[in-house]
Amino acid sequence: MTPFAALAPAGLAIPHIDYTALLPELILLGGVLVLIGVSAMTPRRLPTGVYATMTVAIAAAALVASLRLWRDVQNHGAFTTVAHSVDVDGFAVYFLVLVSCILIVAAIIGSGYLRREGIAGCEYYALALISGSGAMLMASANDLIFIFLALEVLSIPLYVMAGFDRRRPTSQEAAIKYFVLGAFSSAVFVYGIALVYGATGSTNLPEIGAFLAHNVITANGVLLAGIALLIVGFSFKVAAVPFHMWTPDVYQGAPTPVTGFMAALAKAGGFAAFLRVFVATFPTLRGDWQPVIWALAALTLVGGAIVALAQRDVKRMLAYSSINHAGFVLIGLQAVTTKGVAASAYYLFAYAFMVLGSFAVVGVVGAKGDRRHDLEAYRGLAARNPVLATVFSVLLLAQAGVPFTTGFFAKFYVIAASVGAHSYALAVVAMASAAIAVFFYLRVVLLMYSTQPADPGDEATTPGPAGGGVATLVRIPVGRLVVQPSIALGLAVSVGVTVVFGVWPQPLIDFTRAATFIFH
Amino acid sequence: MGGLVATVSLPDLATFLVAAVILVGGALGVVLGRNPVHAALSLVATLLAVAVLFVEENAQFLAAVQIIVYTGAIVVLFLFVIMLLGIDRRERALVDQFRGQRFVALGLGALVLAEVLLLGTGHWTTGAHATTGALNRPLSNVAQLGRAIFTTYLLPFEITSALLVVAVVAAVVLARRFDAPHDDERTLEGDPAGDAGDESEVAGR
Repeated sequence: MTPFAALAPAGLAIPHIDYTALLPELILLGGVLVLIGVSAMTPRRLPTGVYATMTVAIAAAALVASLRLWRDVQNHGAFTTVAHSVDVDGFAVYFLVLVSCILIVAAIIGSGYLRREGIAGCEYYALALISGSGAMLMASANDLIFIFLALEVLSIPLYVMAGFDRRRPTSQEAAIKYFVLGAFSSAVFVYGIALVYGATGSTNLPEIGAFLAHNVITANGVLLAGIALLIVGFSFKVAAVPFHMWTPDVYQGAPTPVTGFMAALAKAGGFAAFLRVFVATFPTLRGDWQPVIWALAALTLVGGAIVALAQRDVKRMLAYSSINHAGFVLIGLQAVTTKGVAASAYYLFAYAFMVLGSFAVVGVVGAKGDRRHDLEAYRGLAARNPVLATVFSVLLLAQAGVPFTTGFFAKFYVIAASVGAHSYALAVVAMASAAIAVFFYLRVVLLMYSTQPADPGDEATTPGPAGGGVATLVRIPVGRLVVQPSIALGLAVSVGVTVVFGVWPQPLIDFTRAATFIFH
Repeated sequence: MGGLVATVSLPDLATFLVAAVILVGGALGVVLGRNPVHAALSLVATLLAVAVLFVEENAQFLAAVQIIVYTGAIVVLFLFVIMLLGIDRRERALVDQFRGQRFVALGLGALVLAEVLLLGTGHWTTGAHATTGALNRPLSNVAQLGRAIFTTYLLPFEITSALLVVAVVAAVVLARRFDAPHDDERTLEGDPAGDAGDESEVAGR
């Protein structure tokens, strides 16, 4: 046989690619190239609003494509494509929709921030879009190697975005910390993939599941070690205790809108893959990993809530609150039921809008320079800007799980799923942690409505002639907080989703219920 | 041991011995070289010898990657760093930075060696289902890898291009020079956070 015959592609079956199934991701990645191209072609720097508008348009196109895909999946059933490496099922498309929404809101909020800080915008949006495509791919990935690559596509832009405000040392510190620990956890994750591959002979999730369903592995040390490392890798990405150490520093140091985006997107993408790998692929080994998830969930719930109590910095407090939220999502995973998965998916949807909105408010209060994040900055906010205070109160109360918000249903469904799976103790832990969490959310709300001024001298400041195009140093009185129109729009969307689906929950619940795995 | 050698053909044995000598010699050069550039070049010799061993094992693709990635990219990066840091600066490389570092390294090395020997003698690591396949049947391993990339792993392979885009954009972001510091750098520096008293801004820019 000549070497050429051996190299000839005889019998080489190039896999069929269903491009409509990949359309949302392709739109985002194509959009990135368009953004970069436009930025490179224009001789002068365009205002950040142009890029924001383009990003919103790109994400909206991805949303439309995702919704079309949703309709197809609901009408014609789920399928896989590109050599079974991509799942197009209800669960995946649910997250495609969610990620598109996150991108839209984050782009709107981010543009206000970038304009205020005077940071050039194009790369911010390009990185956000790539990161979003990574989250989408994580949700639809059906192969461990693909999940790993999607995880990197999701994470690496976030590392850079955390350090986007390079003039602020804390931002750089956040980026380095996130990068080093993230790279470390990725390495752990890959090692887990290697061990699972070694034990099962495949990286394809359904193949692994089928192998485990049809074979009893007598010495399964390697497989269990692999699963353990996968849990560690995922736990790091979704910030579960004890793998949460990076979270407060990174959340605090990153530019505030980036923090909101990161919290919403990394949790959505991370948990999407976490749920699929464990509930759809390793259900046969649930006896081995379920207790681990139980312990992780309990630690995360309690740890996040208790440490949040001690925080003076609002961004750190929200970081620990996000850890607490991760615990709630883990409860849905721990149930290992369809209901549990639906509850987790609902929680991620609700959480995404709450956290995007919350950090948008924190960004506004942080003011130019993005530094004023102490609790005292919120004292008397209601008097200075009643609407902003109301919005923040709604978002915080929703995070606390108050009825008539999505936050209530989110907590209700995960706890119901936990009870349905007979994990009563975990349900009790969850409710206790929710009760603790109410305290630190309410503390901020009460501070905002407190009438006692922190420093009476503030009121004496006279308002200067703001604007006018003259570069004069103007003393802005404490009474003024600039809420840019774009941030107001982003807040309106976040609060709207949180309240509307809290009062009228059925559509979102039906949407979540239909978000099921293809192989389950 | 004698039986093992008997199954190896003479050219193979000769190649192995030559490569092994270069490998160990290079490794010693990396550790003992006083000049950092010489150490880096010794590393090249080591990595090349490993590539030769890969070829001998019929892992041609791995050998090519070894040379392109390690010898080509990584060692060149090392050399760049050494040059940028200043080649003239004499590092006291032979003096321990941390007390007892050397002995810890020796101990760990012995541990790794013991582990390798232990793993080499048994086959107790995995359960059933061996995942090894023939390297060269029905196709050469390079062709098999090529097929895997363009069939089973087509999409993951394509998605790596997104990572390259990230790398380019990230490099642009991180390498950009900021001319102006924060407008409020000077007013907020050292200002206790949360002191809601004095916030200055340059308005109307």
